[in-house]
Amino acid sequence: MRIDVDHHAGLPGVFVRVDGKVKINARHMHYRELNNMVKAAASEGVEEIVLENVYGQRYIGSGIRRPVRIVVHGVPGNDLGAFMDGPRITVDRNAQDGVGNTMNSGLIVVHGRAGDIVAMGMRGGKIFIRDGVGYRAAIHMKEYRKFRPILVIGGDTQDFLGEYMAGGLVIVLGLKGKGRRKVKFNARHIGTGMHGGTIFLRGEVEDHQLGKEAAAVPATEEDKDFIRPFVEEYAGYFGANAAEIMGSDFLKVYARSHRPFGGLYAY
Amino acid sequence: MKSYLLPQFLVDRDDYRCIRCEVCVRQCAFDVHWYDGEEDAVFADESKCVGCLRCVTLCPTNALVVRHNPTQHPPNANWTKEVLQNIYKQAETGGVLLTGMGCDKPYPIYWDRIVLDASQVTNPSIDPLREPMELRTYLGAKPDALKIGGKEGKLSLETRITPQLKLETPIMFSAISYGAISYNACESLARAAAEAGTYYNTGEGGLHRNLYKYGDHTICQVASGRFGVHADYLEVAAALEIKIGQGAKPGIGGHLPGEKVSAEISRTRMIPKGTDALSPAPHHDIYSIEDLAQLIYALKEATHWEKPVSVKIAAVHNSAAIASGMVRAGADIIALDGIRGGTGAAPTMIRDNVGIPIELALAAVDDRLRQEGIRNRASIVVAGGIRSSADVVKAIALGADAVYIGTAALVALGCHVCQKCYTGKCNWGIATQDPYLSKRLNPEVGARRLVNLLNAWSHEIMEMLGGMGINAIESLRGNRLRLRGVGLTQEELDILGIKHAGA
Repeated sequence: MRIDVDHHAGLPGVFVRVDGKVKINARHMHYRELNNMVKAAASEGVEEIVLENVYGQRYIGSGIRRPVRIVVHGVPGNDLGAFMDGPRITVDRNAQDGVGNTMNSGLIVVHGRAGDIVAMGMRGGKIFIRDGVGYRAAIHMKEYRKFRPILVIGGDTQDFLGEYMAGGLVIVLGLKGKGRRKVKFNARHIGTGMHGGTIFLRGEVEDHQLGKEAAAVPATEEDKDFIRPFVEEYAGYFGANAAEIMGSDFLKVYARSHRPFGGLYAY
Repeated sequence: MKSYLLPQFLVDRDDYRCIRCEVCVRQCAFDVHWYDGEEDAVFADESKCVGCLRCVTLCPTNALVVRHNPTQHPPNANWTKEVLQNIYKQAETGGVLLTGMGCDKPYPIYWDRIVLDASQVTNPSIDPLREPMELRTYLGAKPDALKIGGKEGKLSLETRITPQLKLETPIMFSAISYGAISYNACESLARAAAEAGTYYNTGEGGLHRNLYKYGDHTICQVASGRFGVHADYLEVAAALEIKIGQGAKPGIGGHLPGEKVSAEISRTRMIPKGTDALSPAPHHDIYSIEDLAQLIYALKEATHWEKPVSVKIAAVHNSAAIASGMVRAGADIIALDGIRGGTGAAPTMIRDNVGIPIELALAAVDDRLRQEGIRNRASIVVAGGIRSSADVVKAIALGADAVYIGTAALVALGCHVCQKCYTGKCNWGIATQDPYLSKRLNPEVGARRLVNLLNAWSHEIMEMLGGMGINAIESLRGNRLRLRGVGLTQEELDILGIKHAGA
């Protein structure tokens, strides 16, 4: 594969300052070196950090507690925004596994697809993925008071979506292909062990695709009003037609119980 | 359905001594005792007694004796009383048998079959009351070599030492979550760790805001449920520990039942009140050693490489190979928890049948890391059945850097090991979230008792070291020549890497 190098980004490992922004050419940089530079720029109070030529560097956005904007050009590595608390990250390509792992607050927008365990243990903030995601998306996502994580997936997902889900909101739009028409979901074990939170699926699933701790009902008009702002936000990032998307039927998947294993033990 | 279960204990009340003060009635959360005004007498429902001895201890006139129910089932070495009672219980409820504390089965306790050496004639023993004796221990990765530089006669250390934990005594308090134990018990542990210059471990239930001030003496755990794990929690800790497994329940996750998720626990774990707190069996971002490395470095990255990262596993058959992988994955500390390790709640069958004794796991892991030349890259901390200072000394001589104590610490706080932690009705105010019960444990008194225990053990360790003619705990580490086995098979001796007594 030919790798295009943007020479305008400056030399690797060197800050380039343009109009209050910082640009870093990440080419051939170890993640530790890159993240140190990103953290240093963020602590200076820079509003936007642009990373060029990112090729698999892990943990971008981790350990920063300011709402700095981070623009990633390239494919970031695993655990993008892990334990993140504030930054707003945009990725112009695909992302890998563990996007938003145990994330607390902030925003991640991926103009492509993402790998497995997107939003694992996520407690707050928002993640928008333009296309589909891998296995176990939103696993053990949870909410607490003002923290309410939101994950919007444009395409579809693999199995175990929302496994152990304890809170938060997941919206799966099922947009796929050139015409971005609605597809039937193939994922199985949706909401296995789910005991909180809500998943909205645009389209249909068979009963056997749901985990036994999850239940599904058609979304009401109130439900759709509730998710509309997030679908509009998705449409704003990726240029989709929110009104058309919201014109379709949604399924609402919820936990049958907040105490799924209450009766398991002989006391 | 009529219960076929027999009372486990009988309560004998000396009516002549009983002054009807009703202390026993008020103290028992299991509602064993009640006072009948008409008869002016105190009665007991023995089927509810768990044998925690709270009433016996507090009775002002020593009017109570709690004893094992002597009723015998028909004699049978196979179908014992315990086996039958378990089956009756499950036939009545259809549930998984639950228990608390560590495995109570009579597996060999190797600590009790290992004896220590002492100096006689040929090398002098040391009296720690008069001579310096060093127990200070540093936990964390040590470099392969030290590079000393400098010019003009002034030496300086050029090797960059990675973050270390400094312990004044090689004993820390094991991971016990807020949820498994009361806030007052957590505060007792935190205050004692700070005062004694050691560390306690939050377990996987997050860290209560009031305890952040003890952060310099706190190891914060990151477990599969990620409860209460957020930036402040990671930042305040002295070290982080990834919990993969626990000796009491290797390979399984955990459920903190919703009724224990009170307002304060909900705030600390950052989950809604009253919902089950489920810890999945694996971390779903760790399916391999490479994935473990990824989480270790994620935590280091999130905390700016300023803290050591520990990884805790249950001692299982192939611990040595796993430990090698853990070191190579970047763990600064390896915590091993043996089959006798405690818990607030575990399925009885798992607790009593899964895992291996810590002594064997420790010897195997230490050997393996030495053989591979990577022993210096991580410290080893062992847990699961450390009951005395002698156990600590034997563990360090077998290869540990330090130990974790959990059950022993709770016993110092008043625990009587009745194994009913999972009911949440602990009469000693330890394993409970009921404010009426938990206020029985005063954190100031609790901290004092724990510090006393650490001081007493530390002094005993110094005496044992001095007896061996050693004046620093460092000189004992992995010094298996100072150990001998008594009544062990050749295979056991080989695994432990020690000689038989007399040899």
